[in-house]
Amino acid sequence: MKSVKNVTSLPQIDEKIRDAVLDVTARLKDQPGALLPVLHGIQSALGYVPEDAIPLLAREMNLSRADVHGVVSFYHFFRTHPAGKRVIYLCRAESCQSMGAMKLEQHIKQRLGVDFHETTADGAWTLEPVYCLGNCACSPAMMVDDELKGRVTPESFDAWLQSEAT
Amino acid sequence: MSVTVYVPCDASALSLGAEAVAKAIAAEAAVRNADVRIVRNGSRGLYWLEPMVEVETGQGRVAYGPVQPGNVAALFDADFLHGGDDVLALGPTEDIPWLKSQQRLTFARVGIVDPRSLDDYRAHGGYRGLAAALKMEPAAIVQAVTDSGLRGRGGAAFPAGIKWKTCFDATADQKYIVCNADEGDSGTFSDRMVMEGDPFVLIEGMTIAGLAVGATHGYIYLRIEYPHAQRALEAAIDAAKAGGYLGENICGSGKAFHLEVRMAAGAYICGEETSLLESLEGRRGQVRFKPPLPAIQGLFGKPTVINNVITLATVPIILDRGATFYRDFGTGRSRGTMPIQLAGNIKRGGLVERAFGLTLRELIEDYGGGTASGRPVRAVQVGGPLGAYIPVSQLDTPIDYEAFAAINGMVGHGGVVVFDDTVDMAAQARFAMEFCAIESCGKCTPCRIGSTRGVEVIDRMLAGSIAERERNEVLLRDLCQTMLAGSLCALGGMAPFPVLSALDHYPEDFAGTSQRKAS
Repeated sequence: MKSVKNVTSLPQIDEKIRDAVLDVTARLKDQPGALLPVLHGIQSALGYVPEDAIPLLAREMNLSRADVHGVVSFYHFFRTHPAGKRVIYLCRAESCQSMGAMKLEQHIKQRLGVDFHETTADGAWTLEPVYCLGNCACSPAMMVDDELKGRVTPESFDAWLQSEAT
Repeated sequence: MSVTVYVPCDASALSLGAEAVAKAIAAEAAVRNADVRIVRNGSRGLYWLEPMVEVETGQGRVAYGPVQPGNVAALFDADFLHGGDDVLALGPTEDIPWLKSQQRLTFARVGIVDPRSLDDYRAHGGYRGLAAALKMEPAAIVQAVTDSGLRGRGGAAFPAGIKWKTCFDATADQKYIVCNADEGDSGTFSDRMVMEGDPFVLIEGMTIAGLAVGATHGYIYLRIEYPHAQRALEAAIDAAKAGGYLGENICGSGKAFHLEVRMAAGAYICGEETSLLESLEGRRGQVRFKPPLPAIQGLFGKPTVINNVITLATVPIILDRGATFYRDFGTGRSRGTMPIQLAGNIKRGGLVERAFGLTLRELIEDYGGGTASGRPVRAVQVGGPLGAYIPVSQLDTPIDYEAFAAINGMVGHGGVVVFDDTVDMAAQARFAMEFCAIESCGKCTPCRIGSTRGVEVIDRMLAGSIAERERNEVLLRDLCQTMLAGSLCALGGMAPFPVLSALDHYPEDFAGTSQRKAS
């Protein structure tokens, strides 16, 4: 008897996406509760979890597309569209608020010309909100590529951005 | 002989430039032909002094801080490698009053040891708790944790021993230990400090928990915002495996315990234990109904002990020094010590581990030195985004679970966020509802819908006339009651606390903008 999975034809997808999905699932899918590690693996390989990846991913994981879509959309960290070259996670939780995070947020949005979840026109920066980076004794905080920054002010942000540009 | 210099690799210290300081010290030492060994320790938790550099001298460790790369040459000139005096000199680290007056049990080694060194861990009393546990019957381990009075430090303050006993009594072919390292509350960082500064203590605590309840597999569910902690934990797990402290045969006892780190994906709700379990199983982090309790039917349907990082990291010292030793700290039904995290608008923020019973005022004034801005304190939020705002008139409340419950507050995970008099409490109340709306898992209606309606009602209060404000306040209080009583978990069930406390203690902030402009 023919295997059921061949009956369902999968939409054509980009080779890079297909390879990433097959590589990550082959490595990680057999552990218990594998979906989050698999999604992390795909996002780490491609920078995002493309919607195109979901049918293949669902088949490899033996889950429904709805299940996978539900998980991807539930978690703030997973993105379904590519981000800019670098992502700025700006904390807007209470501790940072007490040290002027809202003012800093306005400044950064204006400076980069983007709102949260948006990417600058040149594709260099994506701005994301985050609710606590655990740097609360050094508020306000932000994180860029795993690098945490504390006591950020509009002035120190500008100086840092300038230094990154050069 | 080489001189040992400590430069923290704690994420907060790094956020203030510790990496550049370490490099500058290494470079300057090379230039001056000084034989320096740099150890990257955790943070002592004196964050206003970070990056804080320590030097090992004949008279013990002496501290300098806050050090920036530009200070390094001057430190060498001042012969800091032999404890020389400098404007940044803080004297012997242990004698700094802020640190000296603390009672560090869970944090005994944080900031002292090299977090990557198993030998250092053992040299500072590590794995003595496990050695004791290996000589005990599992039931006796559970009893020791019960007798210590240790309660869940993640926020719910449920007695750890009862959780363990329930799991111990359950029969199953597989049990699990899960560590909740999804430290999402604003104002908290003690889990992070332990994982980065003394990861072996968490591994040891989880191993003891496994021995106690008969679990052979553990997971640390770690928030994605903590990449430094992830690296520290993974390195420590590898070292513990290599040292025979994890694996099929722990210390030759014939007992097995395996441990792995799983990364979360940015959902605050996954700090709630049942949604954390859902997430670990690869699903949306939606809250489960209880019962069944996780201790009976938890991860993958199996009996599971799920505890916070601090709870598990406190287990080794209880087994090492005995339940009585730990229980003798504290007050009333709040036994032991609480690692309090002093944050927000505070002059001297950081980690204060003390026996329960210290008052908020002592904490903020004596340790904290008042606000960073120098303005008067107006409100203090304790216990994260779901904790009540406490007015200055209640600052003499002692930090213990029952005293906080009595003022409709909660100690929670021990985060204390200070606000000065520029805070707009209506905006804070609105944020509490907004945050709940963003982070609600969507399973129950009071939280999912109530939080969105809450934002709208507060907006109407602020925009309208006095009559409009009064009408909407009635609505808001009613909505808060519905959320308090009808939500499935603490997110919807406690988000009203900051809102109601703001309404009760700071009604003047809710006068609509039009009225405030007029006055």
